[in-house]
Amino acid sequence: MKLLLVAEYKSKKFLESNYELIAFADKLKADYVMFGVGDETDLPKCEGKIYLADSEKAGEYNPSLHKKLIAEVMEKEKADFIVLPHTSYGWDLAPRLSAELAFPQVTEVVDVDDDNFILPACNGKLWRKVSTGGKGIITIQGGAFNPENDYEGTPEVINLEVPSVESKIQFEGYEKAEAVGVDLTKAEIIVSAGRGVGKKENVENVRKLAEALGGELGASRPVVDSEWVEHSHQVGTTGQTVAPKLYVACGISGAIQHLAGMKKSDFILAVNTDKDAPIAEVADVLVVADVNQFAPALAEKISSK
Amino acid sequence: MKILVCVKQVPDMESKFKLDKNNKWFSEEDLAFRMNEYDEYAVEQAVQLKEQTGDAEVVVVSLGPERAKEAVKKALAMGCDRAVHIKDGDYYKKDSYSVAKNIYEYVKDENFDIAFTGLQSQDRGSAQVGVLLAEFLDYPCITTIIEFEYKDSEIQVKRELEGGEKAVVKVKPPVVLTCQLGLNTPRYPTLPNIMKAKKKEIKAVEPLDTENLLTFTDIDYPEKKGAAEILEGDVNELVEKTLDILKQKTSVLK
Repeated sequence: MKLLLVAEYKSKKFLESNYELIAFADKLKADYVMFGVGDETDLPKCEGKIYLADSEKAGEYNPSLHKKLIAEVMEKEKADFIVLPHTSYGWDLAPRLSAELAFPQVTEVVDVDDDNFILPACNGKLWRKVSTGGKGIITIQGGAFNPENDYEGTPEVINLEVPSVESKIQFEGYEKAEAVGVDLTKAEIIVSAGRGVGKKENVENVRKLAEALGGELGASRPVVDSEWVEHSHQVGTTGQTVAPKLYVACGISGAIQHLAGMKKSDFILAVNTDKDAPIAEVADVLVVADVNQFAPALAEKISSK
Repeated sequence: MKILVCVKQVPDMESKFKLDKNNKWFSEEDLAFRMNEYDEYAVEQAVQLKEQTGDAEVVVVSLGPERAKEAVKKALAMGCDRAVHIKDGDYYKKDSYSVAKNIYEYVKDENFDIAFTGLQSQDRGSAQVGVLLAEFLDYPCITTIIEFEYKDSEIQVKRELEGGEKAVVKVKPPVVLTCQLGLNTPRYPTLPNIMKAKKKEIKAVEPLDTENLLTFTDIDYPEKKGAAEILEGDVNELVEKTLDILKQKTSVLK
């Protein structure tokens, strides 16, 4: 079996997370070649071939061009699978390749079982198994396939000619995250509010528990989208990735994107009315309770000591 | 201007899921269904654009069983003008490629200027249908939009990237845009609009026999890897137990 791993580059830098693509290939015991739009001065440490398109010529966001270049590499390499990270880059590009090559696509693969790929459904409450008939496009969930060892070596670089592909999409630039109000990455204790708090006013219950514990307030995405809490407090793939000594998840069911941002915390206490919620997968302790009753009671007890 | 919006009806994600008897999909018994959350943002953006331009028609398309009509009705009550319901009881057997082909076949002659879809559905999360539809239509596609602006026949959007970063992108119609949560604030249909929506056309059509590229083998509960200690009881009891555990197992309580 042969894989074409599509590495993600950002501002000419090979992303560390791309080693998960190699870990995935290792798990499948598959041969692989890589593709990336990047720079020769910053190559991944691995053996094998890497097809490189110069980032100056290819630009930062031009999916039509990336699609064309990858299709060209597929002509030469005839890989069975194309593997991308499940990121805003990967999930944008993967269906375009699926349409171009008429290959089946499997999104957000978390595990493999013989020839089947496993992917979450319904917020991770169920796992589906699918078969691609031996060829396909795969996006892999971040953190699902972790490299066990550090990789070594220097890949053989094959420079790709960058054709001029007319793009109907005009890339104007990146906009950095707003100046972060709170740096959760440095917090030792984080108490986060999820949709389970019910309404904006109830975030106070969580905030008070955070204060009682001497920690910072965090939040899950739905709470931020509902404007109950500012974005700078968001934990998860599109927020901050944290690893405090104590993480308290209040009314957070545990969407995969949230788990990816907090599962490395030393100790995770979850408070949820549903003991089967996916948060139980990463929590050390799950308190089955209504957060709006439990959090104030715990805060009061701590404060009174 | 003609605007397309694609919606899907999905179960409420807070539900307890049971497997169907063939272990191919979840059992629909006892589930409450609603419009896919991402699609609510898509509908809202389509209706806002219609309100801005004044002369647009918004057509909503949905593939799904009979019950999916409820999601379509909601979209109409939010302000869409008419609907096409691809009535498919076997919707869950179709892969994303086949779903997108079906929608494509029913919309390709409508010459849409802008199509909005959700970034992904909450049940399957494939994030493929919008992009595939764009590829089949040979339209450009911008995914994961978090901000939208239409001015002087040009569209400027922001794509959400990782870690709070955004990409600013411009495009001219025709285009397909997939909508991320937080793009706008989806409206609640008002009673007068719900009444008005009853008069709007919902054209029911048959699903087409499109090719599946994927085979679904089975569905199951995730393997329990975590070993969370579960605490149950009354609140005071839970507080005491939690404090003990925090004292014993963490260094955060002195």
